[in-house]
Amino acid sequence: MGQKMIGKRSIQFATPPYIVGSYSLVGKKEGEGPLSCYFDEIEEDPMFGGQTWEEAESRLQYKVATKAVESAGYKEEEIRYLIAGDLLGQLIATSFGVMDLQIPLFGIYGACSTMGESISLASTLVEGGFADKAMALTSSHFAGAEKQFRFPLDYGNQRPLAATWTVTGSGAVVIVNEEEMKKHKEKHNPEEPYIRITGITTGKVVDFGVKDSMNMGACMAPAAFDVIYHNLKDFGYKPEEYDKIITGDLGYVGKDILIDMLKEKGYDIANRYLDCGIEIFNKEEQDTHSGGSGCGCSAATLTGYILKKMKKKEWKKILFVPTGALLSPVSFNEGNSVPGIAHGVILEV
Amino acid sequence: MQENSKNEQNTNSKPTMKDVLNQTDPNTRQQVYNQYVKDITPTHNWFANVCKAFLIGGIICTIGQGLLNLYKAMGFNEEVAALYNIVTLVGLSALFTGLGWYGKWAKFGGAGTLVPITGFANSVAAPAIEFKKEGQVFGIGCKIFNIAGPVILYGILISWVLGVIYYILLRLGIV
Amino acid sequence: MDYVKAFVIGGAICAVVQIFMDKTKLMPGRIMVLLVGLGAILGAIGVYEPFSKWAGAGATVPLVGFGFTLFNGVKKAIVSDGFIGVFMGGFTSAAVGVSAALIFGYIASLIFNSKMKE
Repeated sequence: MGQKMIGKRSIQFATPPYIVGSYSLVGKKEGEGPLSCYFDEIEEDPMFGGQTWEEAESRLQYKVATKAVESAGYKEEEIRYLIAGDLLGQLIATSFGVMDLQIPLFGIYGACSTMGESISLASTLVEGGFADKAMALTSSHFAGAEKQFRFPLDYGNQRPLAATWTVTGSGAVVIVNEEEMKKHKEKHNPEEPYIRITGITTGKVVDFGVKDSMNMGACMAPAAFDVIYHNLKDFGYKPEEYDKIITGDLGYVGKDILIDMLKEKGYDIANRYLDCGIEIFNKEEQDTHSGGSGCGCSAATLTGYILKKMKKKEWKKILFVPTGALLSPVSFNEGNSVPGIAHGVILEV
Repeated sequence: MQENSKNEQNTNSKPTMKDVLNQTDPNTRQQVYNQYVKDITPTHNWFANVCKAFLIGGIICTIGQGLLNLYKAMGFNEEVAALYNIVTLVGLSALFTGLGWYGKWAKFGGAGTLVPITGFANSVAAPAIEFKKEGQVFGIGCKIFNIAGPVILYGILISWVLGVIYYILLRLGIV
Repeated sequence: MDYVKAFVIGGAICAVVQIFMDKTKLMPGRIMVLLVGLGAILGAIGVYEPFSKWAGAGATVPLVGFGFTLFNGVKKAIVSDGFIGVFMGGFTSAAVGVSAALIFGYIASLIFNSKMKE
C-alpha cells in the first residue's frame, strides 16, 4: 500500500471511494431560490410534520438519510457507518434524528463545515478498508439556528447586510469502496458516471480575531483560504487544476476576502470560484443579504446542485470546501472572537 | 501605549490584504484584518435607515398620543391616562408580535420599533412564544426575561443608585 | 398640535438611536438597557420632567420615558416614605408597564406559535 499522506495536511486516496447515492431536501425559501430545480425534494412545511424546530430538523435528517440510502439501492443495515452532525447544542438534531436508523454513528461537530468533515471521515474509513459503505449527513434549520444563536423568531431586529441566512435543508451522500461501486454498477448500470473522492485537505481552526457574529463570512474566509492554499501546495496544483473551487457559506463578504487573500499568495481563483451560500439564494429577491449559511447550505448544494453538474460532466474536478464559524452563545457572550474552520474535499468524475 | 499607537496607524489608512498577511504578530494582524473587514463590509444606507426609524417611531408615538388623549377624554387624570396608554400599547405589541407583524415592521423600522415601549413588550412576548415548547417554568418562565430581564434589572438598579444619591442630597438639604 | 409634537419628538429619539445602533453595532438588548439608564439619569438631573410635559407621548412612549418613570417613582417614594422608598419606588412606578408586558406576553404565548420567517 502506497503512501497516502501528501503534503502537510492532505490525503491522496490510492483507491478513491465513490459516491453511489445522495439526497437533498430543502425548505420552502430555498426551494424558491435559483437552485430550486436541482434539489431532490422541497418541503413546504417548516416543521416537517414535527412539533418543535429541533424535532423538525431531526425529521429532516432522518428523511434525507433514508432517502440517500434508498437512492443508492441499499438497505440501511448495509451501511457500516454514519457520520453526521448539525448546528444545535450537543448535536440533538442528529442524535434524535438518526436514532431509529440501524447504522452505527459517529456524531461530529464542524459548524457549517460539517459536510466537508463528514465526507472526509467517511471516505477515509472506506478507503482505509474499515467500511465498505459509509454515509455522510448533515442538516441545518433556519428557525432552530435563530433560536439558539440569535433571537426568537418573532423578535423584531434588523439584520446587517453582512449577515447570512441559515439554510433549512439537509444533504447526505453514500460513499463506497471501488469493489462495491463495481457491484453497484453491475446491478444498476446507471447512465450517469460515478463521482469519486480523490483526496481531502483537513483544515485547522483559524482565528483572525473577528468578533462580529453577524459577519461570519469575514470570520471564515481565512480558514477557507488556509485550506485552499494548503490543498494547492500539498498536491502541487495550480487553481486551473479544478473546474470549480466551491466554498460552503462565505457569502458575498467572505468571497471578496478569500479571493483577495489567495491573490496575495499568487493564486487567482476568481474565474472558477463559487460559494454555495451565494448560489442558493437570490440576494435581490429573497432578501438574504450576504447569502445562505448553515451545514445544510453546503450539504444541500453539494447533493442537489454540484453532484448533478458533475454527473453531466459540466465540471470534472472540483474542490469542495465547506466553511464553519466556531462560536456558541457562551463564547460570544464571554467576548471571544469567532474562529473559522474549513475542510477540503476533491471530487472527480 | 504601544498598542494604541499601532492601532491609530492602522485606522488612519485603509489596510490591504497584503498588510494583513504580511503581519507576523498575531495581535496586530487581528487588528489590521478587522480594519480591512470593516472597510469592505457593506452597510445599510444609514440615511434611509434613520428616515425609516423616524417614521415608524413617530407613528408609534403618535398612536400613543392619540390613546393618551382618548383616555383623558374618558375622564381619567393625566397620570392614570398615561398608564392606560402604556397598557394598551404593550397589549397591542404583544398581539402583533404573536401575529408575526411586529418583526416585519422592525425589519423596516429598526430603532423605530425598538425604542418605544412596544419594543420592550415585543422583547417579552417573542421569547415567551418561542420557548413555550420548553415548558411553562423553564421555557416561558425563564426565557421570558431573556431580552427584557436586563432592562428591568438595570432600570431598577440605576434608579436605586440615583435614589440613594437623591436621599443623601435631600438629607443634606441640597435639593 | 400635540400629535405633531409626539410624532416629531418620538421619531427624532428613534432616529438618533438608529444612528447610534448603526455606528456601534450594539445588540438591541444593550440599547434598551442604555435607554432606560439614560432616562433615569435625565430624570434625576431634572431634565426629563419638563421635557415630557412638553413633548407628551413623544417623550413617554420611548423607553427613555420608562427610565424616567423609574427614577420618578423612587423619588416620590423617598419623599413619602423616607429611605425605604429607594427600594419601593422603582417597582411601584414600573408595575403597570412590566406587569402588562409579562401578562400580555404570557397570554400571547398561549395563543400563538413561533413562525418561520420568510
